[in-house]
Amino acid sequence: MIDGGGAPLFRMEGVSKHYGGVRALEDAVFCCVPGHIHAILGENGAGKSTLIKVMAGVVQPDSGTLHLAGRPVLFRTPAAAAAAGIACVFQELSLLPDLTVADNISIADPPRRHGLIDRRAQRRVAEAALARVGAEDIHPLAPVRDLPLSRRQMVEIAKALARKPRILILDEATSALAAAEVEKVFAMLRQLRQEGMAIVYISHRMHEIAAIADDCTVYRNGRYVATFPAGSKSDGEIVEMIIGREYKNVFPPKPALPPDGAPVLRVSDLSWADQLRSVSLAIRPGEVVGLGGLDGQGQRELLLALFGVLDGVGGTVELAGRRASLSSPTAARSGHAAMALIPEDRKTEGLMLSMSVRENLSFAALPGLSRLGLVDRRAETAAVEKMMALLRIRCDDLGQPVAALSGGNQQKVVIGKWLLTRPKVILLNDPTRGIDVGTKQELYQLLRRLADAGAAILFYSTDYDELIGCCDRVLVLYDGAVVRVLEGDAITERNLVAAAFNLGALDAAPGATEAQA
Amino acid sequence: MSRDWRFRLAEQRSVLLAAALFIAMFLLYIGKHPAGLTANVASTAANKGVLLALVAMAQTIPVLTAGLDLSVGMVLVLTNCLASSIMVGSPAEVALGTVAVLALGVLCGAINGAVVVYGRIQPIIATLATSSIYYGVALALRPAPGGEVDGALADALTGSLPGGVPASLLLLLVVVLVVWLPYRRSVLGRAAYAVGSSAQAAYMSGVPIARATLLAYVLAGLLSAIAGLLLTCITYSGEASAALGGTYTLTAIAAVVVGGTSLFGGSGGAIGSIFGAFVLRTIGDLLFVFDMDALWQPLFLGAVLLAAISLGSFRLIGVRNRLELYR
Repeated sequence: MIDGGGAPLFRMEGVSKHYGGVRALEDAVFCCVPGHIHAILGENGAGKSTLIKVMAGVVQPDSGTLHLAGRPVLFRTPAAAAAAGIACVFQELSLLPDLTVADNISIADPPRRHGLIDRRAQRRVAEAALARVGAEDIHPLAPVRDLPLSRRQMVEIAKALARKPRILILDEATSALAAAEVEKVFAMLRQLRQEGMAIVYISHRMHEIAAIADDCTVYRNGRYVATFPAGSKSDGEIVEMIIGREYKNVFPPKPALPPDGAPVLRVSDLSWADQLRSVSLAIRPGEVVGLGGLDGQGQRELLLALFGVLDGVGGTVELAGRRASLSSPTAARSGHAAMALIPEDRKTEGLMLSMSVRENLSFAALPGLSRLGLVDRRAETAAVEKMMALLRIRCDDLGQPVAALSGGNQQKVVIGKWLLTRPKVILLNDPTRGIDVGTKQELYQLLRRLADAGAAILFYSTDYDELIGCCDRVLVLYDGAVVRVLEGDAITERNLVAAAFNLGALDAAPGATEAQA
Repeated sequence: MSRDWRFRLAEQRSVLLAAALFIAMFLLYIGKHPAGLTANVASTAANKGVLLALVAMAQTIPVLTAGLDLSVGMVLVLTNCLASSIMVGSPAEVALGTVAVLALGVLCGAINGAVVVYGRIQPIIATLATSSIYYGVALALRPAPGGEVDGALADALTGSLPGGVPASLLLLLVVVLVVWLPYRRSVLGRAAYAVGSSAQAAYMSGVPIARATLLAYVLAGLLSAIAGLLLTCITYSGEASAALGGTYTLTAIAAVVVGGTSLFGGSGGAIGSIFGAFVLRTIGDLLFVFDMDALWQPLFLGAVLLAAISLGSFRLIGVRNRLELYR
């Protein structure tokens, strides 16, 4: 183990946790030091989440010991861990949607006067906490349910900080943030590190870990693998430790020549409210087109508009040469060129969590799997099993509720559900948020296979590496308009960032073209 | 901050709507009433309105936690039966009796809360079961209608104050000031909203879920018992009436909804429910002054309920992202 020069503030030894027969954590060790940022790496199901849930008092370990500042501790509830100075920013947001931002930030221990909540003091606490994370744009009286996901994530971080913790745990806390916001969060974390806070950082974005972590600990299959100083191993070595097999070709090769043929999706002058401004694009079968830019520049709205979710959309959309109606997802799904949308939030928009894997997978394709309104169970089972094999979805039984699956497998179910409708146009809204490296890799290869089989793919990602690795072309959005189209070798991180801020191209290349805004 | 008022207004929107609806209906009623707004007309209207308002307040608090208390009507009936037996005699005896009635309400609420929190039984079925038990006890206390109550207290609570203000309105104001407003600003009150908004997130945030839920049902019991006291003072007697309990339970739920509290929990409040109760009560009075048969009352009640709830859906007309329709 590494001691990082200081005495460990928190130490965990021999911790095991089983759920039924499933081993989530086996003989785990971990320790963190004040003034250090400690990254925990591993695939989904590697035990990272269980590890921090033990630290945060959400689950009780079956065996093992925890020490805080040298003394043995046991946290029976999240409240107990918080009282001991451990604050956690969870991937599954722990915000209360109906309450205001200020209410949420002070929820655990609101400032009181004469026993009642002091709203003015609470407001000051909220403003200070929001300013600290650089999110002054969020109004303390706004109800959380009205905020977009990225703003909620900032509130969640502000809420954890308002508790003035000694140990701050961030579990995929930046997964919904765009690069500029991540940079703000990092600046804040560096400041906190300097002030002597111990920070535990979990992220699936390798370059974030390279940018911020002091120490790294790798877990695999619920077991501790290694701890090492950040920067002492190459990305390739780390990823090999994470997945336990050799890691190469994360992204499948792109075709040398762009596909020809008529575009299957042609969008002209698409506008909606003040969030989409005259967006035009065309995608041929076999193309993977990316959407880039800072978060919240209209990328999500573009995908929702194409899928018929938005009302009052201006402009025209042609599918396979014919004008498409944008009246509802049902119409989009069953038009003459079927569309599919893999939504942003799989738990609310992608899955019926309490229903079975079978029912979830067959939902979108049910019209084709039923006769006279009755579901043909045999056809359904055949289709579902084929998709399970194709996507390598791991589950014990088709009747299992989809909530019991790991995040990566859940996302595969969402994708499989739509592939069963044999879509010609596939829209993806940040599909790799919070899923592990191995599943991501499978997903990238799947996208390319689908494109090679003739699908047109429009892909929004907040992760620049994905846009660079997967896409034949990237449209960068700014303030609801396409400001630049990057193609081929011009798709570089520098160009993507520059375009995201609506600056000129940095890496001169023939593929960068200004779009008419 | 100049945007503050907009957030504050948005928060109070449904309360203001219910209040405006009530004021419009009440003005119409007074305008048509042959006697106009006399102290007698006012206190009769107030007594009926406040009785339902108290039960609706009781219902509001469990609803805020995303629960439901189907026993509020039966606690009203049970405390009415007890009050009609013990609230007579010397002032000390009457005072002791009042305390005993309120304590019975708290006990009923605590039983509901304990069954929901520690028994982990769904509130709707837990309180359906306990309401039956409470009715059974009420029948045992008072097998036939009757009993009596201290006349001075009854007249003081149901009459008019100097200046023509109905005394029951003052009672309601005191309950709001002493019970609701402090609760709304307390940590456990905040916790009730948190539990209703998202119980999982509340747990993760270290919110005292069990205590908040328990207190919500206890307060529901207490408020129902206050309503029971008022009912006894209005009728000068007690009756173990299953129909009365059922009607009050269901009408109170309607009042909660008209007042803008979400049945999914997490948003709304007791002030809205008070106006919701007043709206529903005024319907019967309106039918009376317009010389319509009382048989029409259930029909109009339903129509107004639907209309009032539709007001809440108007915001959906402007929605341009259809996903918001399903949130």
